[in-house]
Amino acid sequence: MNRFSKHLDSFGAIVLACIWISPLMFAFWAAFHTTSDAVNFNLLSSWTLDNFRTAWDGAPWLRYFMNTFLLVTIVLIGQFVITTLAGFAFAQVRFPGKDFVFILVLLQLFILPEVLIVENYAVVSKLGLFDTIVGVGIPYMASAFGIFLMRQSFKSVPIELHEAARIEGCSWFGILLKVYVPLAKPTYLAYALVSVSTHWNNFLWPLIVTNSEETRPLTVGLSIFGAPENGVDISIISAATMMSIAPLLVAFLVFQRQFVQAFLRSGIK
Amino acid sequence: MKQSKILGLALSGALAFSLPASAETELNMYYPIAVGGSLTKVVNGLVEDFQTKNPDIKVNAIYSGNYDDTRVRALSALNSGEPAQLAVMFSIDAYDLIEQELIVPFDDVIKSEDEKKWLSSFYPALMANGKVEGKTWGVPFQRSTIVAYYNKDMFRKAGLDPEKAPTTWKELIEMGKTLTNGDTHGLMIPSTGYPYWMFQALAIQNGKELMSNDGLTTYFDDPAVVDTLKFWKSLSAEHGIMPSGTVEWGTLRQAFLEGQTAMMWHSTGNLSAVKKSASFDFGVAMLPGNVRLGSPTGGGNFYLFKDTTAEEKAAALKLIKFMTAPKQAAAWSIATGYMGVSDAAYKTDALKKYTASFPPALVARNQLEHAVAEFSTFETARVREGLNNAIQSALTGSKTPKEALGEAQKSAVRLLKAYQ
Amino acid sequence: MNKHANNERRRQAIYGWLLLTPAAILLSFFAFYPSLATFWSSLFSRGTRRNPTEFVGLENYTDLLNDPTFWVVVENNLLYAGMTIPISIFFALAMALWANSKISARGFVRTAYFTPTVLPMIAAANLWLFFYTPGLGVLDQIGSVFGLAPVNWLGQPETALWAIIIVTIWKEAGFFMIFYLAALQTIPTDYKEAADIEGTGRITYVRRIVLPLLMPTTLFIAVNAMINSVKLIDHLFILTKGGPSDASKLILYYIWEMAFAFFDAPHAAAMTVMVLVVLGIAAAVQFLYIDKRTHYQ
Repeated sequence: MNRFSKHLDSFGAIVLACIWISPLMFAFWAAFHTTSDAVNFNLLSSWTLDNFRTAWDGAPWLRYFMNTFLLVTIVLIGQFVITTLAGFAFAQVRFPGKDFVFILVLLQLFILPEVLIVENYAVVSKLGLFDTIVGVGIPYMASAFGIFLMRQSFKSVPIELHEAARIEGCSWFGILLKVYVPLAKPTYLAYALVSVSTHWNNFLWPLIVTNSEETRPLTVGLSIFGAPENGVDISIISAATMMSIAPLLVAFLVFQRQFVQAFLRSGIK
Repeated sequence: MKQSKILGLALSGALAFSLPASAETELNMYYPIAVGGSLTKVVNGLVEDFQTKNPDIKVNAIYSGNYDDTRVRALSALNSGEPAQLAVMFSIDAYDLIEQELIVPFDDVIKSEDEKKWLSSFYPALMANGKVEGKTWGVPFQRSTIVAYYNKDMFRKAGLDPEKAPTTWKELIEMGKTLTNGDTHGLMIPSTGYPYWMFQALAIQNGKELMSNDGLTTYFDDPAVVDTLKFWKSLSAEHGIMPSGTVEWGTLRQAFLEGQTAMMWHSTGNLSAVKKSASFDFGVAMLPGNVRLGSPTGGGNFYLFKDTTAEEKAAALKLIKFMTAPKQAAAWSIATGYMGVSDAAYKTDALKKYTASFPPALVARNQLEHAVAEFSTFETARVREGLNNAIQSALTGSKTPKEALGEAQKSAVRLLKAYQ
Repeated sequence: MNKHANNERRRQAIYGWLLLTPAAILLSFFAFYPSLATFWSSLFSRGTRRNPTEFVGLENYTDLLNDPTFWVVVENNLLYAGMTIPISIFFALAMALWANSKISARGFVRTAYFTPTVLPMIAAANLWLFFYTPGLGVLDQIGSVFGLAPVNWLGQPETALWAIIIVTIWKEAGFFMIFYLAALQTIPTDYKEAADIEGTGRITYVRRIVLPLLMPTTLFIAVNAMINSVKLIDHLFILTKGGPSDASKLILYYIWEMAFAFFDAPHAAAMTVMVLVVLGIAAAVQFLYIDKRTHYQ
């Protein structure tokens, strides 16, 4: 490709990139300036931390952050356990009805917890898990996507290793732990990154299941904060938004490569 | 869902028996903040105060978002067997809450003469939404009326008397025209968020109530009501003093502070926020009238939930009495801009001093004389939505006022038929 | 010998089922049972003080079909899907092609495209709120530089849904870009070299060679995007709440509103069943297509 088209390409790509990043940039700018300055785009006006102070006082962000952290951790642990067991079963164990059950599992890819909110809410309440972090996480633990990934990953483990461990006298469970799990580490990492991003950002289900500050995650906290009756204050909302996305954004910028690789891996069916 | 209620009750009953007889009654109170986040501190302060005075009652004040969020939260909690003893919810939710058998009237809980006196100590206009079928179901806490905020500096510049806000529709239009120029509109009435509230004010000023006071009938297609919507539309279409299309509720205060409009109609709950941030001289006035003056009341009431023990109800009543007592009502009013809910509140030193130094704080209270109950019927959320849509369709020009209101009336009739 | 083999098979079967038990329990509780329960509850009427709940068969469904709002919502969702899916795919492809080529500032570009993906939709909505604020927001301010009048993007029926569509595209395109990137990296470089030798133009190369090879990825993305067009409604809570006049209301939001704001669980259940049916059909289509492709390769 000639130099001109290369420059045209770069130009196009960069313009699009700037457009794409602009909402974040504007909000960043608004967060550090008073509402009046932000709205009038007084470029040389002074930077202020007042918005952050007001936003910080306005809601228990630390608590929200902790809740979200606990939530994604619990969900991840649950998912690891369940998808490992189920993935292994589908990959290496022969049992009757395997294919039929596998199709049922894949069906779950389409029976989203979000669509079933009304009934799931009833189920969670009956189990006494309303307004608990476990209640928020539990519908997601048997992740069909995760089971599928683990199955793929376990299938690619050379059968000799399995046999070798067998000969040494390991039980099925032992083989799973000693042979398969370590070999699937990259998949676990990839899945972890996808799961954490997804559940960190989940909104509708936590909105319904959580009621109090002790369980409310960041997304719900942010939406409540930004919805007062008597009007929105762009700078304060921007400050609050910045605060709540900072952890994940910083993690992303630092571990960019791993993030992208993770999403890449999980996309390759 | 009924099953889980029974299960929940059984469980809490069992728990109550299995726990050592604790001297503490625990109350979960759901409440909305309607003016922005930092008021949670004020509520927490009031609640702390109460707990110090009442060591045998523990209160969990749960901030739940705006009015809609709070209603959804409190009801979700109840539906799933979680304890909830009281909540501050929209004054207009009364019919639906009664219909779903979720609340008890205060008349059934109060016993002493003192308590009866307390129940009748509030401004009558504020009690209107809470009184259904002859009983009192809601007690005022954070109440408001619509008021007209206006930019005195702009008035001066346009050659108008800064102490005289418009008092009639005719003056509104004339003065609006004088104040409108290239950068500024004369008036903004918000038509997103709660358009029905603004519309109700205009309708009352034109002499017509939008609904009957038993929650069963609406009058959307009455000629006076249609004329009102035509008037609202004419403010932008014909007289050019308001922007065309809809005016955004959420950012209206900011628009006013930025000088994009000389006058705005908004809740008195915005008062403290405007006072803090206005860089110009501003005034607050009662809304202008046509056939009469008027504004609907607005805001939230305290409600007592039904599925609670007698001790919890008594404790909740104590808390409500405390929060609405003159001293606390005064403190809340000063912090937010909402009205003091009783005459006694305005007679406290704190509020007397405050209103003396800041007269705009009295406007909403003075307007109570002309105030009416806020729009409320059975199935209020859906009926209201029909009205909101009609208003927005007319203002954006996609339907004529007559068509839009005709449709809204038809669907309201359909929704209310089951209750008649 | 036979007995041994049989025992072995039985043991395997038991192990298999044991391993599956946790997943099976959870899936039953939170996917299969709720689906059935939703269908069941959609056959009853709503209980109130005056009319306790009773079996009404398909009446809730006919109510919905007679509800003008329902049809507005369906139309909105179809338009929403019809716009967000192809447009995000288009951007995703362009971004992937660019991010994969030798342009300057490639790292920055890729980061910029992918960043919206790591943000919660709620935060994204807040960011765009600043853009859409009438008069004071970024879009109107830019417009005023060009002499355009302020537009109430979120407050007008004509523009509200488009405003929502734009936020969705902004959020999703970067996510889909990753899948295209992965696929692009599996295209052997000899194809490109061969094309260069034959003097094929870049556009022809992309059209004739790259796109067909990316077909499976495109299908995969399309299905994902379709699921998201049902599932992704968080921004409605912040930006428009479905208004004005239901102009931007989407079906999952209407379900939520019906169940939690109007206290009408049966009608919400009926709508849920309809959505599940549509998603199920989509599932069937995907399996048929993707299966065919996999066999092909």
